[in-house]
Amino acid sequence: MRRTVISLAAVALSLGLAQTPAAACAGLIGSNGAVNLGRTTTLAAYHDGVEHYVTAFQFLGGGGQFGTLIPLPGIPSDVQKGGAWTLQRLIRETEPVALRSSVAALAAPAPARAEVLLEKRIDALDITVLKGGSHDVSVWATDRGFRLSPDAPEMLEFYAKRSPIFLAAVFDSDAAKQRGQRVGDGTPVHITIPTPNPWVPLRILALGKQAADRVDADVFLLTDRAPNLLPGPRAELGLLHSAAASDLLLNDLRADEGMAWVPRNAWLTKLRVDARAADLTYDLAVDASGSGMPSRVAAGLDAPAAPVTPLDAPPPWALVTLAAALLGVPIAMSVARSRS
Amino acid sequence: MRRRFPALALLAGIVLGSCATGAAAEPSREVTITFRYSRFVPATPMTVPAGVPITVTLRNEDPIAHEWIVGASEEHAAHRLGTEPHHEGRPTEISVPPFASRVTTIAFAPGMYAFICHLPGHEAYGMTGMLTVREMARQGIAR
Repeated sequence: MRRTVISLAAVALSLGLAQTPAAACAGLIGSNGAVNLGRTTTLAAYHDGVEHYVTAFQFLGGGGQFGTLIPLPGIPSDVQKGGAWTLQRLIRETEPVALRSSVAALAAPAPARAEVLLEKRIDALDITVLKGGSHDVSVWATDRGFRLSPDAPEMLEFYAKRSPIFLAAVFDSDAAKQRGQRVGDGTPVHITIPTPNPWVPLRILALGKQAADRVDADVFLLTDRAPNLLPGPRAELGLLHSAAASDLLLNDLRADEGMAWVPRNAWLTKLRVDARAADLTYDLAVDASGSGMPSRVAAGLDAPAAPVTPLDAPPPWALVTLAAALLGVPIAMSVARSRS
Repeated sequence: MRRRFPALALLAGIVLGSCATGAAAEPSREVTITFRYSRFVPATPMTVPAGVPITVTLRNEDPIAHEWIVGASEEHAAHRLGTEPHHEGRPTEISVPPFASRVTTIAFAPGMYAFICHLPGHEAYGMTGMLTVREMARQGIAR
């Protein structure tokens, strides 16, 4: 079984991901001003009051450092290297691809003055979890030689009002080369976040883009029951899949590293974001409780009544939400580059 | 729409980096421009008199650096290709760090002048504004 899944994952990586529009939770710009990180892949999962994010950063060559910021709904309790095939398996479930040859299975594996809450090195990625407002996070980035894109002040404030927690991932391409990583290799990262309020950041995908630029992302949700979403499906947010998750899928996900929490029964939903950057002004709020009332604040449609303080411990929620977002965004940070 | 902005446009008495207006009999006209969410506020064009020192206060309320460069189209064309990371010493080219303020004083020749932040991506994002400089009645320009 494990070998089968690995083969599927490798095929999905080599075929499925390559055919998937670029997407992700934030992006990076290198020291030469170019965008080096073309695609990041993010999985957000929810079970017993704990949200799991699995984000894969793809190495696209180049040198120096570049990084990304991801807004989080709460303070992570752990950051670890993600499993090998979870994201690819979800793609495989909803976008079956033909197995062209057994050779494909042998392809390389997918491989702040803000308060610093957690730091961790995963392969060539330096992960830092920050707590602070837009100013604090901006200073943190500036102190490290990065410059944020012009839309960052408004964007970061948009998120900081709801949750002042950001994950910064700085990709060291020189270290990646030394590690033998090849262009296209991905590094999955699994973030565990206790929170009563799961949501998937979508607006951040537009960071660093021009108004007319496109944002493409696939978002997977796995919940106990068919979830209520806000906003609902619309022109730029299409509903591609909504059905009970198969036992095979759940077993495959559960067999991956760090994915033992995947439940026995779940509902799989897949949405596709295909929007102009200027139109992506919201996030995806998920109500998996069955109350039918996803939060307008979590969706970014309403401002919170008061500053939000992330919970330090998970509430006794017993519902499961798994959200996988295949994203890929330029956040527009560059080192010491000015033009005027 | 944009007129040439020769050096002569900057009349005597240019002062950079000071709020003091001195004891001159002719008070400086004052303009405040705020940088907020990578845009200039107010967004509407401002009008100032020609030939007198105009004190421009630049308030950056953003957590990122910006710059304010005012001039004719030729000036902006040059800045779009420029490589200076920081502007200092010229009253029409001001870098403003995050959450900082700068004051510059300029005497303009009549005309219309664009002011733009030329940091990468900022102009395209909409960080532009317009200043209209008009002749005043003779008695309004005490020289």
